[in-house]
Amino acid sequence: MAERLLEVNDLKVRFATEDGVVRAVDGIAFALERGKVLGIVGESGSGKSVTAMTLMGLTRGINARFEGEVLYKGKDLLQVTDRDMQEYRGNELGMIFQDPMTSLNPVYRIGEQIAEAIQAHEKVDKRAARARTIELLRQVGIPNPESRVDDFPHQFSGGMRQRAMIAMALSCNPSVLIADEPTTALDVTIQAQIVELVSRLKDDFDSAVIFITHDLGVIAEIADEILVMYAGRVVERGTTRDLFYDPQMPYTWGLLGSIPRLDRPRAERLHTIKGAPPSLINLPEGCKFRPRCPHAFDKCMQEPGLANRVETAGHLDRCWLDVAYKREHRDESISGGSAEAA
Amino acid sequence: MSETPLLEVRHVKKYFPIRKGVLQREVGRVHAVDDVSFAVREGETLGLVGESGCGKSTLGRTLVRLLEPTDGEIVFQGKPIQRLGTRRLRPLRREMQMVFQDPYASLNPRKRVGTIVSDPMRIHNLGSRNEQKRRVGEILETVGLSPEHYNRFPHEFSGGQRQRIGIARALALRPKLIIADEPVSALDVSIQSQMLNLMEDLQNEFQLTYIFIAHDLGVVRHVSDRIAVMYLGKIVELSPAEELYTRPIMPYTEALLSAVPIPDPDLAEKRERIVLEGDVPSPIRPPSGCRFHPRCRYVTDVCTQIEPPLVDYGDGHLAACHHPLNVDQETLQRVEVARQHSPAAADASALPHDSSGRSNPAVAPAHDTHSR
Repeated sequence: MAERLLEVNDLKVRFATEDGVVRAVDGIAFALERGKVLGIVGESGSGKSVTAMTLMGLTRGINARFEGEVLYKGKDLLQVTDRDMQEYRGNELGMIFQDPMTSLNPVYRIGEQIAEAIQAHEKVDKRAARARTIELLRQVGIPNPESRVDDFPHQFSGGMRQRAMIAMALSCNPSVLIADEPTTALDVTIQAQIVELVSRLKDDFDSAVIFITHDLGVIAEIADEILVMYAGRVVERGTTRDLFYDPQMPYTWGLLGSIPRLDRPRAERLHTIKGAPPSLINLPEGCKFRPRCPHAFDKCMQEPGLANRVETAGHLDRCWLDVAYKREHRDESISGGSAEAA
Repeated sequence: MSETPLLEVRHVKKYFPIRKGVLQREVGRVHAVDDVSFAVREGETLGLVGESGCGKSTLGRTLVRLLEPTDGEIVFQGKPIQRLGTRRLRPLRREMQMVFQDPYASLNPRKRVGTIVSDPMRIHNLGSRNEQKRRVGEILETVGLSPEHYNRFPHEFSGGQRQRIGIARALALRPKLIIADEPVSALDVSIQSQMLNLMEDLQNEFQLTYIFIAHDLGVVRHVSDRIAVMYLGKIVELSPAEELYTRPIMPYTEALLSAVPIPDPDLAEKRERIVLEGDVPSPIRPPSGCRFHPRCRYVTDVCTQIEPPLVDYGDGHLAACHHPLNVDQETLQRVEVARQHSPAAADASALPHDSSGRSNPAVAPAHDTHSR
């Protein structure tokens, strides 16, 4: 078995706000091995970004409360001091943020920003840092890195900025790369380039990737294992194949059915998940998806635990429905109005 | 087509001057929209797709005269509107409305929902205040909000709800044409599908005509009757919706389609993916000849020199390419002949053509997934 880099056990993150306690992440668990890509999907407000930022130690603050463990190579990152965390951040865990337009500083040259990250972590002189920067830019596919290294962010296109961000995240050879919606702000053609780049770099740098997105299409291409998050919880977890070919949670069906798909005949009408995600301050009782679930019944007033309910080991879900019933009925949601079911 | 189209666009150009220096001399031009022609029939949805910077939003805004066209004709209901003054344009503005992309930026945060939706009626002097208020209540219900939301502020709503307010505002004047500029791209998938269904219902209820601008090819296929693909200010392919996906003619369209991620791991693995190298070139100095040639995998000499005209390959499927894909020999010959009759193609035919072995008689293997 490959080396286990990261293990998250029953992580809870709460923020005290004026309006009440926001339960942003409410008990999630997963493990990540070297060479693997873990996908996290969910809508806005499902807690996926807070999870990522907590792994990086970026949600620390006087209003934040943490429970559980984030074990990186056996060491609990939640217990590490802010100062020591800086050693992990960048060196061990690198992060790519969603918006390449706002996550680069517009008044510094691209090269300076990447070299700064290198020099913050390693004792190297300016020239060495610059040489490394150029090499990194080449690895992420920036043409002409020797001259582009002195460009300002506004001289880069959206796709190139995201490449520069990736170069920065990789600058200190982290073992875990966390990509928070890295392709959302990009065009499909550029998105395809970035997805390919991330999976190639994962092999080149021998690291593991946590890939957060709300796009199920992107996740299908890159992930080995997927967590589906809803209201701060993992509601389904399984391998990519489990999740796409044998989804167990009505929320997952809803997500799959909501996308207008190019690989299927055009649906007369798209499936929708009625209503909106719940407020994280006032969560509904029982199963958190119950108010929006078309299959909800009495038992759903108690929250189901995340458990293995199908034959495949490791495929977990939070749903009381009978597996046979689900397999029979899920296509109504997944294929929407289209007559054909996959 | 027997009936006159609702909107006809002929050779529309929109250039933005780049000025520099003390004298503000023009040093260059951004060719945002460059000689675009198409027509929209009443009741249909025309999808407009392309990467960012291809000019689709500029085109949308030019059509409703939020931007002045540099050249060309815009004919709305048989009447040219490209040179109308503000006052004569106003009655036409009732007929064409816009829905904007960003539901956070397109609603005035200091105005109440009621005011936002009733403002268009006030500006156009439609009915008394009471009638206006009653209408707003009705419209809010139509778009899935409640009349009680009248006195709320935009910040009290979620992204999806705000986009509903934006649609309500556009509907207030009972327009014929709605230009929706990326109306769902800022929304989560589950909310996005609610929105698309709503827009479909409204189209049936109010006989609306849509121009739907988006970069998501899945969304565009779902809503559109016909689709125009734009690249660097030009329409490079225009086709009935399904046809575009099963039989793309322009290599750019083929590449765009192959880049769309498919939520099916097995299919995703099997599929041939054409990854386009690099970014869209600058519209200030667009490439010579075919504008797509620096990124095209079928490029030959002719592409770098001569701009391909938009030609009709039958059944309303138009494309601009020297090396059309998915076209059978017969059509190709017919088109070749037709092309020679157009003056724009006269120069082209003077040069040696290289179309041998490039036209696939059947559907390319990359697209057989669609026929499932």
